[in-house]
Amino acid sequence: MIEGILIGLQTALSFKNLMMVMIGCFSGTIIGMLPGLGPMTAIALMIPITYGFDPSTGLILMAGVYYGAVFGGSTSSILINAPGVPGTVATSFDGYPMAQQGKAGKALAIAAYSSFAGGTISAIFLLIAAPSLSLVSLSFRSPDYFGLMILGLTAVAAFSSKGNFLKAMMMVVLGLMLASVGQDTLSDIPRFTFDNMNLSDGISFVLVVMATFAMSEALTIIFKANDPTKAAKQISLSQLGSIKLDKDETKKMVTTIPRSSVLGFIIGVLPGAGATIASFLAYGMERNFVNDEEKQKFGKGSVNGIAAPETANNAACSGSFVPLLTLGIPGSGTTAVMLGALLGFGIQPGPRLYQTNPEIFWSVIMSMYIGMVVLLILNLPLIPYIARVLAIPRTFLIPLILFFSLTGVYLMSFNNFDIYMMIGIAVVATILRLYDFPMPPLILAFVLGGLMEENLRRSLLISDGSWSFMWDRPLTIVIMLTIIFIVGWQIYKSFFKKKL
Amino acid sequence: MKISPSKLISLLFFVFSGYYLYTAYQIQVFAFDENAPFNAKTFPIYLGFAGLVFSGLYIILPEANPTNVDLKVLDYKKTIGLTILMILYGLTILRVGYFLSTSIFLVASYIILGERKWIWIFILSFPFVAIFMYLLHGLLNIYLRDPFLKYIGIMG
Repeated sequence: MIEGILIGLQTALSFKNLMMVMIGCFSGTIIGMLPGLGPMTAIALMIPITYGFDPSTGLILMAGVYYGAVFGGSTSSILINAPGVPGTVATSFDGYPMAQQGKAGKALAIAAYSSFAGGTISAIFLLIAAPSLSLVSLSFRSPDYFGLMILGLTAVAAFSSKGNFLKAMMMVVLGLMLASVGQDTLSDIPRFTFDNMNLSDGISFVLVVMATFAMSEALTIIFKANDPTKAAKQISLSQLGSIKLDKDETKKMVTTIPRSSVLGFIIGVLPGAGATIASFLAYGMERNFVNDEEKQKFGKGSVNGIAAPETANNAACSGSFVPLLTLGIPGSGTTAVMLGALLGFGIQPGPRLYQTNPEIFWSVIMSMYIGMVVLLILNLPLIPYIARVLAIPRTFLIPLILFFSLTGVYLMSFNNFDIYMMIGIAVVATILRLYDFPMPPLILAFVLGGLMEENLRRSLLISDGSWSFMWDRPLTIVIMLTIIFIVGWQIYKSFFKKKL
Repeated sequence: MKISPSKLISLLFFVFSGYYLYTAYQIQVFAFDENAPFNAKTFPIYLGFAGLVFSGLYIILPEANPTNVDLKVLDYKKTIGLTILMILYGLTILRVGYFLSTSIFLVASYIILGERKWIWIFILSFPFVAIFMYLLHGLLNIYLRDPFLKYIGIMG
């Protein structure tokens, strides 16, 4: 492990990779700060650029963008009560009231220190957990992988559905359907190509991510006539106040951070849960832990109320890398985008990544820590200036997002067929978003589609066409029972709970 | 009978799944693979059925959390305008080249969205695209075919 850490440090600390962490954190902060544009959009916009780099550098850049976007989201939560990402909604409960009291600088500092501490502690957890889980996951077989993929998809569908599980499941199926376009991997038989050469290689992952996130988010902002930067025009640099914390505030954070880190990391590891659930749970948990006097301050600018969700959402970000790096199965939409990018590099994450590409495995883990340092040293003092980005009018912002999306897809194929297809998918995605059909399950399904088919193929061939592989091994049974529980609970919640 | 938009979308998805399933059955597999436990059409067939089941259930069952959207407040004009502009961009990019088509696309989209600060419109279009192209060529070695720049002798 020590050797691996050194390899990772050597790779992550190279000048090029350090620059990438900085650029990633900086650009992620800017994009994540803009309400409506989350980490998935930020990473999606970066993918075409990463293909010019080696896999380690590309992944380090994307990881930096991820943390930066989560950090940026908390900034807009605190300053303008408009969370850039769902994972920072809980931060606004106390961050915004504190900012209104003229202590925006302090709230931002609490968020930054908590994010740093949460990210650091969970990076250590990741350092310990990932190699061990990699070894365990070597014993997984095709039926287990197939089961885990269904588990990941149902869990993401359950958590992102906002009570509309069937809508999310439709998106899962749509994502798998889109992934099935193109030649069959084993027999090379064309499927759903309609004799169109442009479809024989399937639909590009970058195209689908750009269309369903960057482009459709931009179109949704215009369609709903939202101005995400409107509130930011009232920000004044002089109103942010001091970023120094007193002894009492530091003491409060010291007790909150460890428990929120553990909770955030565990939630992050679970498929589908992610930063949003982690931050809400940490906020709720913290409220129960503090004394009655402190409890009264929740919702009015409590230090614990900002520190807990901020610690947890960053810890969850690191935690979400565990299933990606060890099993090759992303547990969230954001890590699904990263998996797609890795597959684009020709790298298959999973238990063997630890042995076959140790430099990638360890450099990503090391770069996470470096990313946290960069966020603290660079972004915190610069926040008042970065926050001015929020004042960019949407009349410039939206065309620039469309420009990066269109260019990104054009750079992948140099044909206009992909541009038309992206516009088509983006228009459909915009309508679906309007009626709360969630997009993360679609992306996760699209990324996992090929792997899922491959594992189902192997499982069915081994069991000679019998579905008994689903209950042949104890591990597979446990996975299947978990899936049944999630689906059953969702159905109960949707159709029976209210009526009782 | 009034049908909610979400149910209408589910109905469309139901029809789409039916068509997908029909197309999946039409996939030609090798003769020796026809009766294999798994062939090129097995997974798509399962997906087609899954699509029918989930969308069918949504249509039949009562809506748990209906989504209400006020259609009157939606900005159709600008959204459709931008979509048409993107299609036009797709039509022109190969003929006119990246630089000119992208710059014009940016100028037109700023104007469609109501921007009238002409200096910024200019800075964030032609010079911006030129710098971006330079970064692509200079840093990432990505060649962008551009007949217009080639014609005026800037690009080889």
